[in-house]
Amino acid sequence: MKIKVMENILSANDQLAEANREDFARRHITVVNVMASPGAGKTSVIMELMHRLAGDVPFSVVEGDIASSIDAEKIEAMGVPVLQINTGGGCHLDANMIREAVRELQPPDHSVLFIENVGNLICPSAFDLGETVRMVIASVPEGHDKPYKYVSMFEAADVVILNKIDLKPYIRFDTDSFVRGVRALNEKAPLFEVSCSTGEGFPELTAWLKNQVG
Amino acid sequence: MHEYAVTRSIVKIVAAEAEKAGARKVTRIHLVIGDLSTIVDDSVRMYFPMIAAGTVAEEAELVFKRVKAEFYCKHCRRNFVKPAHGFECPVCGGLGTPTDVGKEFYVESIEIE
Repeated sequence: MKIKVMENILSANDQLAEANREDFARRHITVVNVMASPGAGKTSVIMELMHRLAGDVPFSVVEGDIASSIDAEKIEAMGVPVLQINTGGGCHLDANMIREAVRELQPPDHSVLFIENVGNLICPSAFDLGETVRMVIASVPEGHDKPYKYVSMFEAADVVILNKIDLKPYIRFDTDSFVRGVRALNEKAPLFEVSCSTGEGFPELTAWLKNQVG
Repeated sequence: MHEYAVTRSIVKIVAAEAEKAGARKVTRIHLVIGDLSTIVDDSVRMYFPMIAAGTVAEEAELVFKRVKAEFYCKHCRRNFVKPAHGFECPVCGGLGTPTDVGKEFYVESIEIE
């Protein structure tokens, strides 16, 4: 006998993510899920944004990593509450990990919670965490072909950041091709070109993020 | 790349459906997977016996229906299968936009005894 099921394989995660989303909205916590390849500058962008928003709103950070706590230590040195999740080889964070992390971290109401996802442009895009903003970072040395290769990641982004633009003079990076790829997949997400070394682009990005905080 | 977690979810969904139907045994599981989902069939097949062991689904055969990713060309007003490189429409060369075809990721049906 054949039985129709028609159930999404990740439905359990999606339901938990929705519960997270409701909790965050009720408590006015703006949750920014930061996704990028390893080395694109996730930690640096988060730290730069926190420097620039300091005093405006309280922050906390959840650091997802396969094994190390290097990034969490950097955040801790800034005096920001941080919780490290080691996925033990797992390629992404899921809604349940975030639920437990938030229970432990206890971010205050009316605050911003940055979630640094595992460095990976594939898997994190499939797992809704209940975030408010999906921030996708690409960086100049990775090459301009990233949107063409990682369709789901760029399609689902609420904001796209091109980092390390101070390196453009040294690298053959076709900005038009990059922007064209992002725009084919995602007409709405604002795109910010930034550099954590020079600070270029951060005033605009910071202003945008401030507008998302509710 | 996260086939272990995915396979666990599949077994959970199938076991719950089988129990609802009072099944003694699940013989086949039909999955529909879009090409944009980045799941490797062979990897799910590798994990399946390990995860399904001791459940009603342990002897089930996995059947994958693969769906190619389609993009939409605004100019030609039709879908096209995404080429291996880029998002260009094969007819007019214009840039296509993503559709939902190719994102499928569900348990379609199970066969039980």
